[in-house]
Amino acid sequence: MSLKTVLGATTALAICAAATTAFADGHATTITIATVNNGDMIRMQGLTEVFNETHPDIIVEWVTLEENVLRQNVTTDIAQGGGQYDVITIGTYEVPIWGANNWLTSLDDLPESYNIDDLLPAIRGGLTVDGTLYASPFYGESSMVMYRTDLMDAAGLEMPDAPSWDFIREAAIAMTDRENDIYGICLRGKPGWGENVAFITATSNSFGARWFDEDWTPQFDSDEWSNTLNFYIDLLNEAGPPGAANNGFNENLALFQQGSCGMWIDATVAASFVTNPNDSEVADRVGFALAPDNGLGRRANWLWAWSLAIPASSDAPEAAMAFINWATGPGYVEIVAEREGWANVPPGTRSSLYENQAYLDAAPFAQMTLDSILSADPTNPTVDPVPYTGVQFVAIPEFAGLATEIGQVFSSALAGLMTAEEALAAAQALAVEEMDAAGY
Amino acid sequence: MARAIPTSRRLAFTALAWIIGLLIFFPIAWIILTSFKTEAVAIADPPVFVNFEWTLENYCLVGLFPEADAQGNGGWLRGLMCDPDTPQRSDYTRFLMNSIVIALGSTLLGLLIAVPAAWSMAFVPGKGTKNILLWMLSTKMLPAVGVLYPIRLILIELNMLDSKGSMIFILTMINLPIIIWMLYTYFREIPVEILEAARMDGAGLKEEILYVLTPMAVPGIASTVLLNIILAWNEAFWTLTLTTVDAAPLSAFIASYSSPEGLFYAKLSAASAMAIAPILIMGWFSQKQLVRGLTFGAVK
Repeated sequence: MSLKTVLGATTALAICAAATTAFADGHATTITIATVNNGDMIRMQGLTEVFNETHPDIIVEWVTLEENVLRQNVTTDIAQGGGQYDVITIGTYEVPIWGANNWLTSLDDLPESYNIDDLLPAIRGGLTVDGTLYASPFYGESSMVMYRTDLMDAAGLEMPDAPSWDFIREAAIAMTDRENDIYGICLRGKPGWGENVAFITATSNSFGARWFDEDWTPQFDSDEWSNTLNFYIDLLNEAGPPGAANNGFNENLALFQQGSCGMWIDATVAASFVTNPNDSEVADRVGFALAPDNGLGRRANWLWAWSLAIPASSDAPEAAMAFINWATGPGYVEIVAEREGWANVPPGTRSSLYENQAYLDAAPFAQMTLDSILSADPTNPTVDPVPYTGVQFVAIPEFAGLATEIGQVFSSALAGLMTAEEALAAAQALAVEEMDAAGY
Repeated sequence: MARAIPTSRRLAFTALAWIIGLLIFFPIAWIILTSFKTEAVAIADPPVFVNFEWTLENYCLVGLFPEADAQGNGGWLRGLMCDPDTPQRSDYTRFLMNSIVIALGSTLLGLLIAVPAAWSMAFVPGKGTKNILLWMLSTKMLPAVGVLYPIRLILIELNMLDSKGSMIFILTMINLPIIIWMLYTYFREIPVEILEAARMDGAGLKEEILYVLTPMAVPGIASTVLLNIILAWNEAFWTLTLTTVDAAPLSAFIASYSSPEGLFYAKLSAASAMAIAPILIMGWFSQKQLVRGLTFGAVK
């Protein structure tokens, strides 16, 4: 066989193969899903083959990115109409802004089997703009107190279901044993709008503070903010771990799992981590309580939902809608439960999950998670009225940048580089400048 | 005559060099160690160095040992090394191939443009040569994000988002000033008389560059190539913002294991170790050329 013949045959084969592939691809729709790296999302990615059993004509490509990179890429892509993504994972901060900008496709056409009325009202409200649902919640979370039952017993105290901040302070001091590396309370101190600002803002709600008044005038010079920040700093100085200004969710999770935290107030999603005996040394000694309050009618818990949405620039909205219906519909939890157990289903989005006895039996934190979510109201988050929505954030485009700067100021105050009053004065100046520049 | 260095001072310098070397290498060593730990051991306080139960689970999960393809080919190594219950989360080979294509492609394209440019500026300098060199360098001072939007819009218009071709072109343009500057510096060390002698012997421009200049500048070109490959390999801003699936290189692979909510340090370390391994191995085998090229002309 001559070289010419071999080359000819190879070329013909390659053309046939390419044509076959093109034919097959021509009958399939490819959707690109941008998501974040956390346990529930990774599990969804692993179940792609189950989706393909019922949707063989949809090819799913996954892009997993760090949260901030994802936010930046998706924002850029949507704003420029790049069309790189067909399904995006976004939070309750983005949905009201992006929905109002017409950057997202309405999900009102989801089929009846999706059962929209089953969504928890607080979560659904945070994803709805002018009566239109723009994102479908994949999992929802609030924040709550996770505490060591053995240390609480040793301190001679009993955690109420709905503690006050005064009780938390008393218990934190009583549980602290610095010689044995046990610190009464672990809280977020790492700067960032999704880190310390989320926690401090939710806390400020329970102290009667607010970011802006009804005229969008910054309120960091109020007594309520002074009380909030001074309490937070004093609490961590008295009963927090060393270097608390560098601790975010992950650092505190590591500390709690190693038994170094008496209490940790953070995302409800952490409950499944700290009670997992494979990772946590204190898995069998964890109790849960609602986030604290000061008797003013607002608790210090937040509300967040990682949700799936379709950017307006997607060129495959029908296929994207089919995926969202599958991944966030009522049937998805059954698939996860069957394969990985009820404790691993994504929580916090549907009422029906909290009526499911199998789930309630498998997840001891279920009721507290539900109560925490239900007690958060993103449309009415503060004691005094505000012109914005969002519990631990302010749903305006300027918030992320402004809160990042303010987070650095608060973190500096916690590290002892400035006083709480100096930090609040700096925050007020930053907010006034930003809001003036933005024309509020 | 060279001055004798006392043994004690030599030993002190050697010890100092080792200490500095180990300090520089420590983060990489720590990443590699962490990649063999479970997530619980990875966050242990006090940190555990080598006395832990070593596991390949993270490498299995991030895709070092690929699963069998649709036809059932391959996957035997995975069968040997991995627990069957450990899922494979990433297609490491795809990310690796994209990194190789983009890094090598941008380096080759860069050389094609930079060698003639550096030659002309080194041997036929004009009035504006110095200004051009400074202007080229000044483009490196522009924050990349400043041109992100225009570049993205151009790529959208050309339908070239998430394409290896566009990434090769962009990384070439980004690294071109450095390549030209390095080659210019090396070429300046070559006596112009040698090139003149070649011309007198009848060599044309092509022969002069290919058969006289290039062989003499091989150490410099080699170190330029290596440095450019490293720069292109490690580039994260453009690759993370302009690629999604088809052209996503290892920087995107690492980013997919970073998480603000949940402990993924061991998996992130395994992904990082696998991303830096090829460039580390290449650097190890070419360190002689790299050092020779970087010190080329330093001592006359």
